[in-house]
Amino acid sequence: MDKVVIPVGPQHPALKEPESFRVILEGEKIVGVTLRLGYNHRGIEKACEERTYIQDLYLIERVCGICSHSHSTCFVQAVETIAGVEVPKRALYIRTLVGELERIHSHLLWLGVAGHEIGFDTLFMYSWRDREIVMDILADLTGNRVNYGINTYGGVKRDISKEQLQKILKAMDTLEERTKYYIQVATEEITLMKRLSNVGRLPKADVETLDAVGPVARASGVDRDVRRDDPYAAYNEVSFKVITVNNEDVYGRTLVRVGELMESYSIIRQIISNMPDGPISVKVPRKIPEGEAFSRYEAPRGEDVHYVKSNGSDKPERVKVRAPTLANVKAMLKMLENYNLADLPIIVAAIDPCFSCTDRAISIKKLDTGSSEIMDWKSLRQYSIEWYKRKGIKF
Amino acid sequence: MTKEESIQQELIKNFNFLEDKIRIPKERRIFVDVSADKFEEVLKFLKEKIGFDTLCTITGLDEGATLGMIYHLTRQDGIVINIKISVPKDDPKIKTIIGYFPAAEYYEREVVDLLGAKVEGLPEGSRYPLPDGWPDGQYPLRKDWKSDMLEKEDK
Repeated sequence: MDKVVIPVGPQHPALKEPESFRVILEGEKIVGVTLRLGYNHRGIEKACEERTYIQDLYLIERVCGICSHSHSTCFVQAVETIAGVEVPKRALYIRTLVGELERIHSHLLWLGVAGHEIGFDTLFMYSWRDREIVMDILADLTGNRVNYGINTYGGVKRDISKEQLQKILKAMDTLEERTKYYIQVATEEITLMKRLSNVGRLPKADVETLDAVGPVARASGVDRDVRRDDPYAAYNEVSFKVITVNNEDVYGRTLVRVGELMESYSIIRQIISNMPDGPISVKVPRKIPEGEAFSRYEAPRGEDVHYVKSNGSDKPERVKVRAPTLANVKAMLKMLENYNLADLPIIVAAIDPCFSCTDRAISIKKLDTGSSEIMDWKSLRQYSIEWYKRKGIKF
Repeated sequence: MTKEESIQQELIKNFNFLEDKIRIPKERRIFVDVSADKFEEVLKFLKEKIGFDTLCTITGLDEGATLGMIYHLTRQDGIVINIKISVPKDDPKIKTIIGYFPAAEYYEREVVDLLGAKVEGLPEGSRYPLPDGWPDGQYPLRKDWKSDMLEKEDK
């Protein structure tokens, strides 16, 4: 049979992010894939060199719309290492807490996307509804649903009250209940198991050769997690299991992520019950002495690494970021081989490539007075209905 | 002796030219400077003999007259070794390491696009991460390249 080349992208076949595949098909079967990346390259590394450390703090958090705390923590850790700063314990605990909340929101989001990609939209609706619980907590703690801005050099910017901690504990109980249900769905729902099993296989040996990271690696039996192997923040003071399975397929990646949700609840409970009192930050000079540091962080999608080189001024000499998705790209291309074209969306989605999430409140500036008003969900919805009505679309 | 120090000893034992080229600034972090012609030997040894079998990434640096390349390798126990080589900027040739670490492909394409390194042995393939119409000879992560050059070209 003749081979057919199908271009897919730059609009993402599964998610809301641009990348371009050239899929070579024999009938329905994928026999080769080439990938063009870079459509989202925003030159953040260069921009960091041209700005001060304080400005970079905000910029680096915007590398990713989901693991924003991962990037910001990874970056401040590197700068703190160069500056030789001892971060107060309470701050490390707060960083860990926000990091795990971020993992919960990211994994629940992934579960919904995966459900959607296989036509199981009820799962998508359920898990995204439950995700709102953790989004509300993050908004309560930091003021934002994403891009929390909680980190600063030498600690964190906001303390957390006892009442807030109690609220989180309560939410963890609800989420744990819900996650048990998802585990039940994942292990008993026959359509889901059949659709995901033996799809996008990645043997353990390939993970080791291609240096895949995160849940992708752990679902192929590779026991690798920066939180345990190279502990940062408060991870050496909590106990947790690194979830691994030997399924080596999309189904395994699902099991790992739902399993990790349960571990995150446990980590958060330990963090809250052991949270030390004390200061939340120490002062760090604006100029960072000459030096270099390499920092690692287990983001929801896997290992995130930052390298920072300083030159004694208030601007870094070099900032290098490697987000987990880039480490999994080669593995993803391998996973696609010999599967059907129809499996491409779920296989691609199963590495959980990163995409941006949007805010729910909108602020409208009145041009005449310069004052602003906040629209809540209800009035935003009303506004959109009226906007469409004016365009002649009936509701 | 800590694990990091025993790695240092092991390296010096096998490569005496590394005698004063190894730094251990903190737990689980080792920095090594090596000359470009000895790099492959050291890399091979680290991977095959002392278990640094995972490549995190490659960082390219503009150091004025030279381009620096740092290869960040890790192993299971969380230790990271950062091996740095320098090559002259007017002839920035490095050899590909995809034979040892296939994952290096995208990282090597990145230093080609952003710093103008010439990677010998890197197979043909689409560039990363700059767009197809990017002007030749402009390497954004070099220090003489400023981001306002981009804005001028747009006008």
